[in-house]
Amino acid sequence: MVEARGVHKSYVGVEVLKGVDLTVERGEVTCLIGPSGSGKSTLLRCINHLEKVDAGELRVDGELVGYEARGDKLYELNDRRICHERSQIGMVFQRFNLFQNLNVLENITVGPTKVKEINAEQAKKTARELLARVGLEGKEKNYPTQLSGGQQQRVAIARALAMEPKLMLFDEPTSALDPELVGEVLDVMKDLARSGMTMIVVTHEMGFAKEVADSVYFLDQGVIEESGDPKAVLTSPSSPRLQSFLSKVL
Amino acid sequence: MNTNGDAAVEVVPVRHVGQWIGMAVVALFIAMFVHTLFSKIPSGARSCHLIAGKNQCHAILRWRFGWNLIFHYFTNGGILRGLVVTLELTVFAMVVGIVLGVVVAIMRLSHNRVLSGVAWTYTWLFRGTPVYVQLLLWGFIAFLYPTFAIGIPFTHIYLFQFGANSVFIPFNAAIAGLGLNEGAYFSEIVRSGLIAVDEGQTEAAISLGMTRAQTLRFVVLPQAMRVIIPPTGNEVISMLKTTSLVVVLAVVDLLGAVDNIIGQNYQPMPMLLLASIWYLIVSTILSIGQFYLERHFAKGALRTPPLTPIQRMRQDIRGIASKYRTKRGVPTRATT
Repeated sequence: MVEARGVHKSYVGVEVLKGVDLTVERGEVTCLIGPSGSGKSTLLRCINHLEKVDAGELRVDGELVGYEARGDKLYELNDRRICHERSQIGMVFQRFNLFQNLNVLENITVGPTKVKEINAEQAKKTARELLARVGLEGKEKNYPTQLSGGQQQRVAIARALAMEPKLMLFDEPTSALDPELVGEVLDVMKDLARSGMTMIVVTHEMGFAKEVADSVYFLDQGVIEESGDPKAVLTSPSSPRLQSFLSKVL
Repeated sequence: MNTNGDAAVEVVPVRHVGQWIGMAVVALFIAMFVHTLFSKIPSGARSCHLIAGKNQCHAILRWRFGWNLIFHYFTNGGILRGLVVTLELTVFAMVVGIVLGVVVAIMRLSHNRVLSGVAWTYTWLFRGTPVYVQLLLWGFIAFLYPTFAIGIPFTHIYLFQFGANSVFIPFNAAIAGLGLNEGAYFSEIVRSGLIAVDEGQTEAAISLGMTRAQTLRFVVLPQAMRVIIPPTGNEVISMLKTTSLVVVLAVVDLLGAVDNIIGQNYQPMPMLLLASIWYLIVSTILSIGQFYLERHFAKGALRTPPLTPIQRMRQDIRGIASKYRTKRGVPTRATT
């Protein structure tokens, strides 16, 4: 589903990703872990084309992200095509980023109605089902500021799911939450993973990684230090960097 | 309140002596000013002494503020016609300004260099020159461009042409001048609103697959409105008064009408006060509109919307009532 080969990315003068390889199969849950500034979020944002890759190859579902290969040249996609690519990938942010001017139901229906041009009634029906799925029935008319962090994040997940994405990206979805609210969001994510959704999760929740992930990638300073089966990687790490990282996190 | 919840302890507030003295002084000044409002003074005092002698001077008194004249001319036909012109100019110029401002702000933030360059130049030019000059320029545009035409550039082949003077009649020139100037200022207001919306909102919208236009239309602009409205109220009220500059184009607005009357009765003070009262009335109505508009766009940004004046009054009355009840010893929810 996602295939990265030698992905490089720099911001003004700073190289954030220095040749990252990553493979995510359909229906798999992949966790990206590592210290802050290691490039986890940047990699995730590249997959959604929120950031442009400088060098290397990044494919989602076999197609290059943001480019089209014709002959021996790469052609940048126009805005319309990029929007279409993004609409098939769901993203959940650390700071929820619910639309403040819209209520819960409108937050969920705005994507399907405006981007996929599904009719409003159908979108509302789906939205209510999704709200039930994330355990938030009856909150339709609330505005984001009236919800707790955990509730907001669950709405954000429902919003992303409403687009029926083939891939879900989570950028530290529980990092901005009170410890007691983390569980409710993780439960929704676990449920999602069981339903067969392909997920890439940037997280500091090692318990979640161990329990749910099919594979774990440890990034440090823009390179993948270690990867593989979560139980093996997280319980008996071989690289000294991961050992010291885990000793601090756990 | 007390910790036990039953025996009430008397609480003595701090006495603000200085505040009371200050209040007395302010009250005195207000009383003096109010007295001048409703007092009469000798009319043409000096000549009165010379002609009639000291004792007869009391006979000729006039309202210091000329209330009789203000009242007499308040709904004068000319004044009301001028008021309508002022309101029309304000509305049309603001509509032009707001539409231009929004478009220019969006252009300015565009990734397209041509668009942002054009927007920057427009703002630079129209914000950087006096509105007075701009008004005159549109009024006398025929001096620079006597005719406008649609056709093939640098040839004499026209599909359509018209004379500048037929379109830029004084009223239209006034709207063009005021509106274009306003657009330059307003674009900066809109831009500040757009910048104020959290980047995360845009990212979330884009990640759903929305185009830039959709993101702007459904997510960013509605949230920017909250920031844009207060200065917009400012601009409308400011425009209401700036329209008085159109006198240079011989458009008779409220102040123009007042000027005409001054020319007849030689009473500038009361007539200018009359105009000011009308301006105050209109700007008060505009402020009330602004309050409700702000309240509407606070939707979602605040947990509880601000109270309307009527709601606040009800709350105050309830507060006073409950205070009264506590004084009589009836426990209220405050003592639990």
